[in-house]
Order: sequence, then structure tokens, then C-alpha cells
Amino acid sequence: MKIGVVTFPGSLDDRDARRAIRVAGGEPVALWHGDATLRGVDAVVLPGGFSYGDYLRCGAIARFAPVMQTVIDRAGRGLPVLGICNGFQILCESHLLPGALTRNAHLHFRNRDQRLRVENTATSWTSGYRQGEEIVVPVKNGEGCFVAAPDVLDRLEGEGRVVVRYADGNPNGSVRDIAGICNDRGNVVGLMPHPEHAVEKLTGPSIDGLGFFTSVLTAAVS
Amino acid sequence: MPRVVVDVMLKPEILDPQGSAILGALPRLGFDGVRSVRQGKHFELEVDEPVDEARLRELADTLLANSVIEEFTLQVMPL
Amino acid sequence: MIDSVQNARDTPDHPQPYSELGLKSEEYHRIRDILGRRPTSSELAMYSVMWSEHCSYKSSKVHLRQFGDLPQSEALLVGIGENAGVVDIGDGYAVTFKIESHNHPSYVEPYQGAATGIGGIVRDILTMGARPVAVMDPLRFGPADAPDTQRVLPGVVAGIGGYGNCLGLPNIGGEVVFDDGYLGNPLVNALCVGVMRHEDIRLAKATGAGNVVILFGARTGGDGIGGVSVLASETFAADGPKKRPSVQVGDPFTEKVLIECCLEIFAADLVVGIQDLGGAGLSCATTELSSAGSGGMHVVLDRVPLRDETLAPEEILMSESQERMCAVVRPSAVDSFMEICARWEITATVIAEVNDSGRLTIDWRDERIVDVPPKTVAHEGPVYERPLARPLDLDDLRADDPAHLPRPSTSEELRALLLRMVGSPNLCAKTWVTEQYDRYVQGNTVLAQPEDAGVVRVDESTGLGVAVATDGNGRFARLDPYAGAQLALAEAYRNVATTGARPLAVTNCLNFGSPEDPAVMWQFAEAVRGLADGCRALGLPVTGGNVSFYNQTGDKAINPTPIIGVLGVIGDVARRTPMAFGSVPDEVLLLLGDTYPEFGGSEWAWSEHHHLGGRPPAVDLGRERAVAEVLASAAEEGLVSAAHDLSDGGLAQALVECCLRGDVGALVHLDEDPFMALYAESAGRALVALPAGRLGRFTELCQEHAVPATQIGTVRPDHPELTMAGQFGVPLTELRSAYTGTLPALFGAAVGATPPGGVEQDHDVTAEV
Repeated sequence: MKIGVVTFPGSLDDRDARRAIRVAGGEPVALWHGDATLRGVDAVVLPGGFSYGDYLRCGAIARFAPVMQTVIDRAGRGLPVLGICNGFQILCESHLLPGALTRNAHLHFRNRDQRLRVENTATSWTSGYRQGEEIVVPVKNGEGCFVAAPDVLDRLEGEGRVVVRYADGNPNGSVRDIAGICNDRGNVVGLMPHPEHAVEKLTGPSIDGLGFFTSVLTAAVS
Repeated sequence: MPRVVVDVMLKPEILDPQGSAILGALPRLGFDGVRSVRQGKHFELEVDEPVDEARLRELADTLLANSVIEEFTLQVMPL
Repeated sequence: MIDSVQNARDTPDHPQPYSELGLKSEEYHRIRDILGRRPTSSELAMYSVMWSEHCSYKSSKVHLRQFGDLPQSEALLVGIGENAGVVDIGDGYAVTFKIESHNHPSYVEPYQGAATGIGGIVRDILTMGARPVAVMDPLRFGPADAPDTQRVLPGVVAGIGGYGNCLGLPNIGGEVVFDDGYLGNPLVNALCVGVMRHEDIRLAKATGAGNVVILFGARTGGDGIGGVSVLASETFAADGPKKRPSVQVGDPFTEKVLIECCLEIFAADLVVGIQDLGGAGLSCATTELSSAGSGGMHVVLDRVPLRDETLAPEEILMSESQERMCAVVRPSAVDSFMEICARWEITATVIAEVNDSGRLTIDWRDERIVDVPPKTVAHEGPVYERPLARPLDLDDLRADDPAHLPRPSTSEELRALLLRMVGSPNLCAKTWVTEQYDRYVQGNTVLAQPEDAGVVRVDESTGLGVAVATDGNGRFARLDPYAGAQLALAEAYRNVATTGARPLAVTNCLNFGSPEDPAVMWQFAEAVRGLADGCRALGLPVTGGNVSFYNQTGDKAINPTPIIGVLGVIGDVARRTPMAFGSVPDEVLLLLGDTYPEFGGSEWAWSEHHHLGGRPPAVDLGRERAVAEVLASAAEEGLVSAAHDLSDGGLAQALVECCLRGDVGALVHLDEDPFMALYAESAGRALVALPAGRLGRFTELCQEHAVPATQIGTVRPDHPELTMAGQFGVPLTELRSAYTGTLPALFGAAVGATPPGGVEQDHDVTAEV
């Protein structure tokens, strides 16, 4: 199964996302921001990094890349899309997901091994986890504070669209400790933590992140 | 050449930690009497004539401001 | 009116501001002799910048030659003289690494000074043909509670993070040290490591008459004009920087794109030579490229893409705008080169052509403004033999032995001391700083701070990796610069071995006061001699480094602070040795090496008594080699579960750090003099934890290398307390609270951080260690 990883100018964790896909047993495909084609992939990952240097706002410029027109269109028709960190920011700027990511409340970039609780295991990317499972995954961001209007938040909670929540401490001030959310269909997931950095015991705090990549492989098959 | 100024501010209900940090620093630097600080962005555009204000508002709304969390004012400057 | 070569010939007596530009009268006249006329203003600017201390190393060259005299090891592929040294690490891989300083700019503008320091060292590594893979930052500031430290430290840390994180480089190590002498003279050293295949090595020479020179990257503006010669060669007046010369402002996004663009260009084998533009900008790049290659180059300066059209040609030549590189390209490869740049949206322009005239000529608006022999600018700058004089106070300082200082005698006093020491600014947890750096990007970081060395995997299939450590101790060097330099070398060497790697090469950043002060110059000469002798004894080449002079305010110089970086190789990173206790059951604790009552320059003497005196610990490089061999072999054989070297704060500090990192307790038996056992800072020692079952083989290994190994205790996973048998015990919670609370309390409220009461503080309680 082929999973595309988009590289924008300034993307950083694209190679790591491709590695995670490989470790999970999938075939990673490098996608270029300037090409509108998705090269026949079955799912897409928007990786972490500082696309366009975070100029204007994080993800504000990447959102208009040619590849994004196709991603937005296909996501609307059920293509699984995972936005990690900067990828989450791009998904919000594209309005594929509600809310926005703002500057961390404490104003610092923060890199921590963070405990998370998986609260929605029905999405394309989290079906391999147990409901309520706690995992440890690195967070590393300076603009990771999730905000949304109260009615939007209530709807997200009410519809079970909070996918992962910060447990045992909130690293950036995100409202209601929300670390990641999904669209109503559950094929588009955005999260600030980096599961691609938790797929190898040698280089990560755990291998708890692998589930994001194995889940989508089983989702495609079924 | 006509100039257009767009000022973008976070919506009042959105947390502005940078503004708060600036506010906190002022007494340490000896400035009293400042009650609040909000930080925003100021854009200056030089545009061709004729000035299409509606189109410029669309530009501001689509790119310069994120309407989820920000609002903007747009002013065409007198020549 | 353009000051062309013709104009210079026509107006030989036109007065020139050479001394304002930092040139001495005899240097100015030497330039006139070289050229056979007065220099044009552009030529004067180039010579003044390239002959400044920072660029020409005029005060240090005679001493640094000792590094070139060291036996060249087989592993050294590129030695001193290039942008960075390159070492062979096996399997066809090569690693390049270097450390540099950006001290003065970081005092003036902490964020941008530190950020552009990272930018500069990364470009040096990139220029060698490597993909940069990691950075490290040894930092030194004034006292932690000084108002100016509150200004400088947060900006520096934010700048390093802001630039390095955006480049996608994991920050894997470094140090944060506080000392009175660095107030007004912070030290911001930055190290970068890059990886490549042997065939990827590129050098900075312009060869091949007819080849073109392409300037690519950011546009040129007025950044840092005069920054190099004026800023680095000027000490700050006691009341702060009166001059605020323009500091360089960096854009990490442009550099990130530049990295990817360059790597593609290298992979397509499109460059004959490459140079990055750092200190002295185009002046340096053009003179160095042409003097290293065929000998000549003709530049059309008008072709330089500008951000600011009002710049004069002298300013363009001296500009230190960041994120720029110069490549020498065959004419047949230019189209492909430009196509790659266009895809990455990087500005690229042909600005010059290589020739074999032996001259560097530069035209501006069709007039010749520079016509010089490039070697005279880049490599034949002044060489000073500055006077040396042993500091007059050194004998008194050494006689003031800390042995007489009051020390704790009861268990209660020892317990209280432990908590004070681990919470002291130099020994406390630096998490507040290191959390602002990305350690995960690129997915190859196996160990990062607070571990002894940063370990990065190079090959996923074989596990081949490198370990890098940086160390320095200004107090030791003040008491004895020769020994101090060797102790820093020994510590970095030991740190690399502690993680299970075999040391291979050395880089150094020599931070000193003014070379015009004979006492400082004596310290410098001694430190270089110590480092050279030390490298010879350890069998390591010096691959390159950096000298930073003029770190002083008025006539008070900083403690001489040679920072040494050591790089080692590890065959399989899965075999690395981390420091946390408790990873396996039944761990026994062994102390390797000998402990003597050595407190001169120690953290205890400074932290408790503000005392600096006596002698630093004795150096025994033979013992260091033996200990390193034991640790590296033990890792290869899978004998030890954890190891940590002993340095600042002695055994006490090492025990606390290992227990907290693993979140397990330990029971330790100290001999008759617990204070000495805990706080002496004798060199050549390491703390090792290993499963009881491995004790036999490990002891054998130690005996083979004549390394004393004393069993001092056991790890107790189910008893969360550090217990000094018969003396006192401290619960881990209490230790952790003291260890992790200091920096947040000091810097949590700095400008730019969340002010107290302003914004809701985040309530996370994640373990700091």
C-alpha cells in the first residue's frame, strides 16, 4: 500500500514520516508540493517542519500549493490524510479541519516526550489503538496551542472528534488539552505530536507512534 | 501608486501570550499606566490603479488574516 | 565618484582611514608595497577585514602551527586549512565537524547573534559536501541571577532553537555554564556535524580557467557591515556596547532550502569548488577561492543580486548577509545548476570567471575597483609574535589552596550540601534550555543531552554511528592553562568513550581575552601547547577549529576557556551505553580510576565559597586512554548497562544524575572521607553500572588495562532514594525538586516568557530528567 508524504519548502520530518511508513510495512512515496498529482497513493501524510519558514502564519502559504488542491479534493471524497504538527496547521488553514494553531501559551518552543490518550479509535489513522489507550510520543513545537470557538469545541467533543488528548500535562496551552482532532468522516486527522518519532526503540521514547501508520494500512485493505 | 494598509489583530477572545509578555515587561522597564497590550500585524501593499477594494478585502480575508482567529481592517491611503 | 584603480594611481597621497578600519600603519604601508600604489577604498576594505584578527588569526597562527605538526592519522581525509576537517569513519562514510564562536554578536543581539552563529557553522559543514546532521552548543554566561544574564541567556537559547530547529538539525548536546567573568562577555560556541560518502568531499578552491563563479542564496544587503573587523576585534567598554554596529540577521528557512538545493547540486556533481560566505562575506569568498585554486578570478560586482540598491561597492564586498554560497562551476554545468536553484526558488547569479592570471580583479560600473594578488589578502596577512608574560598573580592564586576552606563534617551537613550542589546553577538540570531544541528531527538521534555525548546513527542498516562531546573548564585553565586545556580534552575524550564510542578526532574553540595583554597571550600559548601535547599523547588529530580573542570588558579578561570537541565512532549504535541506572535488574556500581583530594577550581570551592585557587586536578593521559579503552570495549561486549563520566561536582553529581535519569535509587558505600569521595574532581574516572553477572568479565577487562575498579554500591529500583550508607539518604523526589527547580525559577519570568500572573502557567508535571 502506497502512502504519500508531501515535501514543501521547509518541511523537516518528511524523511522521518517516510521511515515510519516503511517500518509499518507500507510503501512511502515522496510527493512534491509543486505537483498536483498524488501519484496513485492510497493515503497522504503532511509532515512536520517549517513550511515556507512559517512566514505569515504556519501553513498559511503551503495551503495554496498545487498538491493541496488535489489533497483537499480527494480528502472530501474519503482519502485518508494525516497532518502532523505543521501538517495539522496546514489542514486547519485549508479548512479541512476546524480551529487554528497559535503560539504556545508560554512562548517557548518545547520538545518533550508527551503522554497522550487516544480517544477516537474509529479514524483511518487510529483504528489500531485501544479506546483510552495512553501512549508516549514526542511533541516539538512553538506554535502548537490549539484554539477554536466554544461552539466548535463543544461540537468536536460531542461528536467524539477529539482524537488524542494531552495527558499528564499540557505542553503548549491547547484548549481542553486537545492534541489532535479529525473531520466528521474520520479520514482526515491532524495532531501536534509526532508519531513518526516514536517508531523505533533506539531513537524514540517508545514505539507507540507506529499505530498511526499501521492503522491506515489495515484501513486501506478493508 | 496607491497604497493599501491592512492591519490584522487576533480576535479579542483569542489568547495573546505575546501581548501579555510585553505587558508584563513594561513595569520592569519603568513604564506605568499601560493596561493592556495586544500584538498584531501591519501590511502595506502598493497596488495598480484602479483600486478594487472588494477584491483587496478578499485578498486580506483569504491570505493575510486567518478568519478563524483573526480580524482585519483595510484602508486605502489617500494619495 | 568611484575610487577605481586608475584613480588610486592618480591620487597616491589621498589620505585613507586605515586605522579606523583596524589596520596599523606598517600594515597599510605593506599593502601599498604589495600593490605598488595606494589601495582603492574597496581594496582597503578587503584588506582591513581579511587582515583583522577574526579572519587572519594573526595573533594565533604562530601557536596554532603546533596542530599542523601533529602526526596525521590515517583517518584524517581533510585536515586543517579547509572550512572543516573530514574523518573517515568506515564503510565509505566520512564525517566532518567543527566548532565556532559567535560571542560578541550574541552580547549585542542575543537572538540573532546566536542564530547566525548556528547558520555560519552549518554552512561551513555544508560547504565540505556533507549533509549537516546535528548541532551542539557550549554556552557560557555571567552569574545566573545577574540582570544582564536575564537579557542574554533567553535570547541566545531562543535564537539557537529558532534557527537550528527550523533547519531541521537535532541539538544533541552542549553545556550551560555560569561564571562572573562571562558577564558582558557571553560565550556562544556552536558545533555542527555532517555526514557524507568519501566521494562527496568538496573543497574551497577555484580551479580551471574558464569556469564560472555562481553566487547563490539570499540577496545581499547591509548586514553586519564592518561587523567582522570592528566587532570581533573590539572589547566592550565597561558600561556596555556604545557602538551598535549592524548585526547580521538570519533567515533559517532560506538556509534550509539552500541545504537541500546544495545537496542536490552535489549529488549531480555540478561543482568544482564551493565556499560559503561567512565573516567578511564576498571579500573572503573571492580571495580564498582564487588563492586556493588556479590563482585568478575576475568579478563583475554589479551582478551581485542586492536587497538594497543603495549599497556602495565597498559595502557589498564587506556585507555579511547570511545564507549565501559561492560555487565554481564548469560552463557546461551552469544550466543544470540553475535549473536546480530555480526549482528550489533560490536566487543564483554568475558573478565571476576563474582565470590563471594570479590576480583577483573586480569591476564595478565598468571600472576596475580591485586588482590584487589574492593570496596576499587571504593567506599572507600579518603574523604577530605577541609578547607573552606569565600572569603576575598566578603564583599567589596557585598557593591559595582550597584545602583550607571549611567543609562539611556531619551527615546532616553533607546531606544539605548535596541538595545545595545539585540545585546550584552550574550543576542543576538544564532542561529549561534544552527543551527549546528539537532533538528528534532526522530520526537518527540515539543519545542527546543530558547524556555524556550526543550519538547519531549514520547508517540504518549497519548501525554505524558517531558520538560527539564538547567540554571546557575556564576555572581549571585559569589556574593552569596547559593542564586546563588537557583536562578539557580528556573530559570530552572520556565522554565519547563513556557512550561506547572510540575517539577519532578533535576540534577546538579557543575563547580568550585580548591578545594585546601578554598575560592572556601566555595563557593562549600554554593552552595550545597543552592541547597539542594532549592530542599527541592520545593519538588524535586536530581537524580544525576557531579562535575568539578580545573576550574582555575593560582590562578584565574572561578565564581562558578552551572548548574542546571530540568525535568518535561507534560500530553499532544499538550497543551505546546510556547513563540511566535501572535499565536491567541487579546492577552493581563500580567507580573506575583513582580519587585524590583535588579541589582546586572545583565546583564545590566555587559554588560554596566563591573560591578559585590551588591547582587543577592532575592530568594522566595514559590513564584516560586506558579508561576509554575499557569503556569502549565494554560497550562492544555488552558488559555495562549504564555509565557516566565524573567531572564537575564529582561523584556526587554523577550519582544523582544517573539515579534521577533512571528514576531509581542507589545504595552507596563511601570510605573514610565521604566529602572527598563525593566532591573531589580527580580526572580519569567514570561511574559504571553493570549486571552482577558481568562483573567477572568486566573486572578482567579493567585489570587488562590497569584501571582500578572499586565496587561502591548497588542500584535499588524499588527504593527511590539515594542512600550514602551510614551517612544520609535523600528521597529522589527531594533530589529532583532541587535539581529541576533552579532554572525555571530564574528564567521563567524573563522578558518574552510568560509573566507571572499574566497568562495561565501550564501545569505540566512531566518528569524533567
